Formats: sequence, C-alpha cells, structure tokens
Amino acid sequence: MLQWLPEDVSTFGQDIDSLFYLIYYITAVTFILVTVVMLVFLIKYRDQGGRRATYSHGNTTLEIIWTIIPATILIVLAFMSASTWARVKRFIPATDFEIGVTAKQFNWEISYPGPDGKIGTDDDVKFDNDVHVPVNKPIRLHITSRDVIHSFFIPNMRFKQDAVPGRQIGAWFQATKTGKYEMPCAELCGFGHSGMKGWLFVQTPEEYKKWADENLAPQPQ
Amino acid sequence: MSDTVAVAEHAAHGQHEEPSFLRKYIFSLDHKMIGRQFLFMGLFMILIGGLLAMLVRWELAWPETAVPGLKFIPEPYMYDGVIPPQTYNALFTMHATIMIFFVVMPIMVGTFGNFLIPLMIGTGDMAFPKLNMLSFWIGAVATTVMLSSFFVPGGPAAGGWTSYAPLSARPQYTGVDLGQDLWIISLMILGVSSLMGSINYITTIVNMRAPGMTYFRMPLTVWSLFITAVLLLLALPVLTAALAMLLFDRVAGTSFFLPEGGGEPLLWQHMFWFFGHPEVYILVLPAMGVTSDILSTFSRKPIFGYHAMAFSMIAIAFLSWIVWGHHMFVSGMNPLLGTAFMMTTMVIAVPSAIKVFNWLGTLWGGTIRFTSPMLFALGFVSNFLIGGLSGIFMASTPVDIYIHDTYYIVAHFHYVVAGIIFALFAAVYYWFPKMFGRTMNEGMAKLHFVLTYIFFNGAFFPMHFLGVAGHMRRIYNPTQYEFLLPMQHWNVFITISALLLGASQFFFLFNFVWSLCAGKKAERNPWQANTLEWSAPSPPPHGNFEVQPVVYRGPYEYSSPEVKEDWLPQDRNLGPAAAARAH
Repeated sequence: MLQWLPEDVSTFGQDIDSLFYLIYYITAVTFILVTVVMLVFLIKYRDQGGRRATYSHGNTTLEIIWTIIPATILIVLAFMSASTWARVKRFIPATDFEIGVTAKQFNWEISYPGPDGKIGTDDDVKFDNDVHVPVNKPIRLHITSRDVIHSFFIPNMRFKQDAVPGRQIGAWFQATKTGKYEMPCAELCGFGHSGMKGWLFVQTPEEYKKWADENLAPQPQ
Repeated sequence: MSDTVAVAEHAAHGQHEEPSFLRKYIFSLDHKMIGRQFLFMGLFMILIGGLLAMLVRWELAWPETAVPGLKFIPEPYMYDGVIPPQTYNALFTMHATIMIFFVVMPIMVGTFGNFLIPLMIGTGDMAFPKLNMLSFWIGAVATTVMLSSFFVPGGPAAGGWTSYAPLSARPQYTGVDLGQDLWIISLMILGVSSLMGSINYITTIVNMRAPGMTYFRMPLTVWSLFITAVLLLLALPVLTAALAMLLFDRVAGTSFFLPEGGGEPLLWQHMFWFFGHPEVYILVLPAMGVTSDILSTFSRKPIFGYHAMAFSMIAIAFLSWIVWGHHMFVSGMNPLLGTAFMMTTMVIAVPSAIKVFNWLGTLWGGTIRFTSPMLFALGFVSNFLIGGLSGIFMASTPVDIYIHDTYYIVAHFHYVVAGIIFALFAAVYYWFPKMFGRTMNEGMAKLHFVLTYIFFNGAFFPMHFLGVAGHMRRIYNPTQYEFLLPMQHWNVFITISALLLGASQFFFLFNFVWSLCAGKKAERNPWQANTLEWSAPSPPPHGNFEVQPVVYRGPYEYSSPEVKEDWLPQDRNLGPAAAARAH
C-alpha cells in the first residue's frame, strides 16, 4: 500500500515516512493476527450441536496482558513521534531564505523580499501560485490567509500547514532534489477549493540565481 | 415467563384505556412507539444521506459528467445533470450532517435508547414520558428545518459538516446565505431534542431499575446508552454555544470567529471539536454495547470480562474530553499542544483495543450461531478493528502532517462511523421481533449482510490507498491534479462499489417493509436470550411487563451449569442457593 506514497524530497520526509512504515507494519500484523484468530474461532466454535459452550466469565491475567502490550506499544510510538514532530514543527532552522505565503480564495500569493531584504513590506515581489527555491537550503515560510482557512500542502515535501487569517504561522522545509512539485490547498475554502494549487520549482543554486536575477529585485549584499 | 415471581404490584401499569389514534401513533407517550418513530425517521433520512453520497461518488469517479436521470434539476444547482462545484460542496456537507445527526444519532441513541432502556432494566416506561414525546417532535422539527434548507435560494450549507469559520461565518465566502443559517438553527433545535432524551435516559436508568437490577447486572447495551447520555448532556451545550456564536457572526455583526473584528478562527475549531470528539463516541458507544449483547447471545457464552467492558466504556468517555486537539495538529495550534494531544489520543486507543480483544474472548469456546444479527455484529467488529488501527496513523503527529485532510482520514472515519451501520442492522434484525411482533426473513437478511460487507469494504478500503497518495478530502475534481492522475482508477472502483453498496440496501428495505406487514408472528424469546425484554410479550403492551420482573443474576448467563438449557434469563428464580452463587 505504501508504494503509492509520492517520492519524498525533503530533509524531514524520511523521518515521517519511517514512522508511517513502522505504524503500518505494527497495525498490519495486529490486523492479521486478530482477523486470523477471529476466523479460527468462528470455524472451530461454530455450533454443530451436541457441544455446550465453555462457561467462562473471562480471564484477568489475559486481560492485563492485552491491556499492557498495546499500551506500551502506543506510548513508545507517541515518544518516537514526539521527537520527529518537534524537529518538523517546533524548531525552525536558522536561514536567510524567507518567503511569504498568503492564501486567498483561490490562489497562493507568494512574496519574496524586495530591495529592503525583508518580507511583509511594501516592496515585496509577488507571484501567484509559483514558488522557486534552491535545493539543499532551509526555506522559512510565513504563512497566513486573507479570507478563510486554507492549507498549504506539498505532498512530495511531506509538508502541510493551515493558513489562518489573522495569524502569521512560521514553518520550514528543505528540499533535497530538484524538480517541479504540486502544491494543492488541503482545507475546504469555498467553491474554488478544488483546483486551487501552485507549483514548487526546486532548482540548482545556479538555476535559482538565474531565475532570481531575472525576476526578483536586486538583493542587498 | 410463567415462573417469574411478581414482587411489586403490577397495578400501576395494568389498566390503561385504549388511547386515541393520535395518542397511540402520533403524539405517543409510550417509549416503544417513540423508539419506532425515531427508527422510521432515521431510515427515511438514511435514504437521503445515502443518495447524496452516491452523487458525491459519481462526481469523483467521472468528474464533470452528467449524472443519469438528473437533468431536471434546475440551474444553478445542476447544469444539464452536471454537478457544479458549489453543489458538490453542499452534497458532502449535507451527506455528513444527515448521516451523523439525523441517522446514527436518532437510530442508535433515539430508537434503541428509547425502546430498550425501560425493557432491559425491567420497568414500564421512561421516567418522563411527555419529555420523551417532546424530544421526538423537536427532533422532527430539526429534521424539517434541515431538509427545508435544500429548497432555499443559494442551496443548503456548503462549508463542510465541520463548518470551519471564517468560511461558514460570512455568506460571501461560500455563497450560501439562508442555507447555512438554517443548518445552524436546525442543529440548535436538535440539541434541545437530544438533551431532553439524555436527561430522560439518565433519570430512568438511575431510578427505575427493576428489583435486583444492580448497575453491574445491567446489559452492556444499557451501560453504553447510559454513558452516551452523560456525554450528550455535557457535550451538546458546547456545540449549541458555538453555533449561537456562529449565527451571531453571520446575522448580528459580531466577530467571535472573524479576525478582522478581533475574533479568532481557531476558537471555532476548539469548541467544535470539544463537542465533536465526544460526539464520535456518542455515535460508537451504543454500537459497542449492542455488539457485546449480540456476540454473547449467539456465542451462547457469557461476555468475556464484563467489568472490563463496562469500565473501558467509562474510560473512553472520560478520555474523549481530552483528545479534541488531534483534529487540529496542523491548524496553527501551538505544536507543544499537539504533542500533549498525541499522548492522550494514543492512550484512548487502549480501552478500544480491550473491547476488541474481549469480543474475541467471547467467541472463544462458544457454540456460535450464525444468525443475521450475529453476522452484522461480527461485521461491526471487523470494521471497528480496521477503523481503530487506522486511527493510530493519524494519532502520530508527524504522520498526520501528511495524511491530515486526505482520504486516509475519510477511510478512517467511515470505517468507524459508517461501520456503525453494521451494528445498526444487527440491532434491527435482533430486536425487530420484539419491536414489531413479527420476524424478518432470515435468508434475505444473510444475503443483505454478504453484499453489504463486500461492497462496504470495496468502497472504503481503497480510500486508504488514495490517502497514501495524498488525495485531498472535499475536492471536486481529482483530475485537476497531476500527482493524483495515476490513482483515478481507484476513484472509479470506489464509486462502483459504493453504488452497489447502495443498491444492496434494497434487500433490507424490502425485507423490513414486507416483514412489517406480513412477517411471521414472533415468539416472546426467539433468540433464547437472557435479558429482560425477552420476558415481555412481542411486541410488549403499553406498560411492558405482565408482572414486575425481579432480577436474580447478570445478563450473560449462557451455558450456565445451573440449568439444562444453554440460557438462563435474568428474571428466573432458581431459589436462594442459586442466588448465592449468582454472578
């Protein structure tokens, strides 16, 4: 089933995917075990006449075992997840590459710093729906919305963050591979929700510099 | 039961005058008639909710093509049978709203709560019969208001059943004006109806149990409805408050959820899910209770770990109040809170696991009878297993970043919530003889099970695949996305399964209506079950029992060594020596 995961091209995607795989194996084994036991019981203990059911109200030892085992597995999973979660969502690496993402019905408005080197100012350079970033560089995003809640989703980057009006939400990713990746909106945002998408262009530093020279205002050195 | 000993005088309920038609069938005070009324209303609404789902599926499999037979629907709702995006959003919004609030709640809580609680605890009626009648009729008003929203200009609500603000808070964001207002008002009215029901259930269970019916001799169905009633009582006011704030934002110019007026969009999500997560358990707990009773009856064996089953439901009820944030991991909520909610969410999986293992334990060593209620109960266990396990993926915050708002979530909650339909059918097939005094056709019921089980899994399992590929929820046309194009054949597969799943329900509908009119007359205890409702006539008269039942033991004494046959009703007196040994 997991072969349908889109190719992972981010630095933290591997951590997310390995948790995905781990939970997949744990749940698959549990599912098969429980289903097989159930089927065996259903066949073995079907009423064929002449036999009386076992008169039993339970077994405390068994119940303690099947409480403690899943509890332990789940708590361990929670702690493993917590460290990856902190890496992805809580600690944004220091970087000098910042872009703004402002969602609106039904576009992503992408802003790059203008001549003042800061985003969120009047001289920002703005694009609709297209993001260009260099490969292997942490990208810091400032995500907000102008109207309703949207969700900035980059499947290949294992990235998703809601864009909420009235809030500036910080987020980051770092691409490991050049290419062109789709960026749909993942939160229902109105009749134009379907089809609200953009493209992320991950470029080599040289290609990116060429694009930036042509499209962005000169950066202060 | 002829050997039942009458301890209490039966006089109070004995001599009823024959009520008028209006009192008997329309404004009835009899809990059994009110239960039947909820059932008919729920079954009518499931037809509508199901048809809406078929349209949603049509659009996803064959986007922007004309739906056969729907050319008559005028613009702007449809264009020559083609569903426009605005209508599509309304379709899935109303599908979810109807299925949750007007199908599963009226049937699992309204029907079986009303019908079973007095019968199973051995009393003549609910504590407040008039409140009970009001609860149904206020529910009927809510249903009418919700249905009327289909016919107002702009169409019904289209902001999702979650109605996230600001999308739902300002008409210009969705283009829906009156429809969304009616949606809010309908749910506020329904909240009143549910509150009346829950107060009644709690009062009845606390005060009116038959002599000898201690809390830990109650069937797990009653336990589940009791806990559900407590959850309803505490959760619904929060929804009602949130809905009132949303309505004020829409019509009175307030800004509770609008940032431009100093409001906070995430406040809606916190309030909605603070209600919404207990709501999930409100839906699933009665299904668990019913399943426990049916598995024990047809395994001819006591339920495995009765106390663990009751306490795990209580644990689920407590924990359900502190997991709501897992719907909001990527909402912009502080990531540290996400970690905390992940911990509580992982913990709530434990009592759910206990329930599944104890159901397996109940099957172990039984003499299993594959009746139609048993098959549907087993189907519920199988679906709940898949829905429970898939929940672990989204409990893990990093994995949820990716699968949040994708079809993985859609698959998960359909296995849990739509899976309840199996417990619902199990309950209808099981208690139909008691409710209507007639028997349903068993062969057709089994055919209904086989088809429903196959097409249910065909419809919902491949949604996991779409979710893994990143397929977003609530999109109108998946072919607009290059990365989803290779998966489109799964959408076609799912739609065909869903259409067949819908068509298979004909066998239920036909069987239900036919048996209602011409089914074989039912005996008092056709399944040889232990609980008190089977000691009453089928169907029970107004007042339920000929003599006040007295309870001597727990509800699951199947294959007890005390008696020759393999069942031992709760109200059969075997003398003081047996009573001393009783469970």
